[in-house]
Amino acid sequence: MSNSGGLGLIIKNGLWNSNQALVALLGLCPLLAVTNTAINGLGLGIATTAVLVASNGTVSLIRNLVRSEVRLPVFVLVIASFVTAIELSMNAYFHELHKILGIFIPLIVTNCAIIGRAEAFASKNNLLRSLVDGLSVGVGFTLVLVTLGGMRELIGQGTLFDQAHLMFGAAAEGMSLSLGSDFQGMLLAILPPGAFIGLGLMIAIKNLIDKRLAQTTATKPEALESGAEAGTS
Amino acid sequence: MQFQTFSSPHTDRPNSVDKVMLQVILALLPGVLAMTWYFGPGVLINIVIATLSAVAFEALVLKLRKRPVMPTLYDLSAVVTAILFAIAVPPLLPWWLTVIGMAFAIIMVKQLYGGLGYNPFNPAMAAYVLLLISWPIPMTSWLPPVVLSTNPLDFMQIVSAIFTGSPPTGLEWDAITMATPLDGMRTNLDQGQMISEIFQSPVWGDFGGLGWEWVGNWFLMGGLWLIYKRTITWHIPLAFFAGLTGLAMITFLFDPESYPFALFHVFSGGAILGAFFIATDPVTACTTRKGQLIYGVAIGMLVYVIRTWGGYPDAVAFAVLLLNMAAPTIDYYTRPQVFGHGDNHG
Repeated sequence: MSNSGGLGLIIKNGLWNSNQALVALLGLCPLLAVTNTAINGLGLGIATTAVLVASNGTVSLIRNLVRSEVRLPVFVLVIASFVTAIELSMNAYFHELHKILGIFIPLIVTNCAIIGRAEAFASKNNLLRSLVDGLSVGVGFTLVLVTLGGMRELIGQGTLFDQAHLMFGAAAEGMSLSLGSDFQGMLLAILPPGAFIGLGLMIAIKNLIDKRLAQTTATKPEALESGAEAGTS
Repeated sequence: MQFQTFSSPHTDRPNSVDKVMLQVILALLPGVLAMTWYFGPGVLINIVIATLSAVAFEALVLKLRKRPVMPTLYDLSAVVTAILFAIAVPPLLPWWLTVIGMAFAIIMVKQLYGGLGYNPFNPAMAAYVLLLISWPIPMTSWLPPVVLSTNPLDFMQIVSAIFTGSPPTGLEWDAITMATPLDGMRTNLDQGQMISEIFQSPVWGDFGGLGWEWVGNWFLMGGLWLIYKRTITWHIPLAFFAGLTGLAMITFLFDPESYPFALFHVFSGGAILGAFFIATDPVTACTTRKGQLIYGVAIGMLVYVIRTWGGYPDAVAFAVLLLNMAAPTIDYYTRPQVFGHGDNHG
């Protein structure tokens, strides 16, 4: 279990071994819905990461005060409060992006990955370890969102980091890449089937890399344990 | 009178996959030749591009999966997929779209599910839908039948259109392409014209579009030959036409000036090709007899519903894919009862 082991292992699990999107397959609803561009994915990823770190930290602090019979409602309340705070601040500072992401910002509260980490990790670990776990799980989730979003954006409309100014201000306009206006993109990549196919391919590639790694290096015992957390939802 | 007698075994040689596939290809030939006659050599060029890329992708995936390459290539299933796809798409489709379509059909739809016999969806139709949704403009730019064309293209113009993706010099796409009969019918109906007015136009033959109905006839011949050779059974095609013409008949009797008569639907678009060659794919269709009837009727009705009230002028690919999805469930509920296991007989 992840309750033992150093911070390095927590980070490694969050980013790769038990990546919430690629291994645990949690939080798929927002993952599939908003990743039509890399910037949308990045926006939702950062919001999710912020909520994860804050909720993991809070849950870890109150873990000895809350009776186990009522812990799930309390966790949901904690998460909902942070989501509301994040949503209001996004509306204030990134209004355009907030308009695009729309309902998926409030829906972060239903993201299984967040309550999963609260229940499976933060409620059993101290503050520092919970914060590190929240951050690494969040970054792992964000990386998948951005990669999938970038892939779909590139294939579907021939751009990368389009509308970057929504996030980073006017200075970031130069970040947007484009393959030219006569690029005939594969529309399907931007539509929902593209998200399913893209995620499936990413999972396949991750499994392939893991298999190759296992072949080249002798299997480490810790790599085998990581699958145990996958059942939480 | 002397009767000739045969000794046992009385069974025929079992059909092998390559024999079935070869028969399907032979049965497609008359229709393909008719299409070439009416729409020019672009059809044949598409078939060549599609076949070469389908076989190449199949070999590539089999190599990656460490499966024997040659036996699978010889079963001709990839070739059938390629031909069905190539005759479903417009004759001037840019070559790279054909290659993308075949990559999707062979790699994603067929081999990732485990190869021939395991794929839940018809690969040719899945590729067609992928292209239709992703690149609607080239996928709907059909040539008019040569007999109607004001600017008939010669062979080199067709080759250059396919390989450069731009119309022949001095011509615009609009000058050389024409709406398909189904598309034209929809547009004219949307403009409030009556069917008796619409049929005044020279683009119509006896049942459907000029040229198109003859392509349909030749595919019908091939399909009937397949039934005669017992490569397919009559259940799915007949049920398909029953579903399609049944609905068409009802709406036609209700208002003959807004809903074309039933034979128009049979002889337009991909109905005949779909009924005999696509819906009957043994891998993705239902396997029980009762299930095949349900499956066929449902496809026919869906084709009519989507053609008449849906967003696309033709619907065979969508209807087939939707029923592919339902096929395992239909099979589950129509399994023949094993003798002695019925509820009524205890």
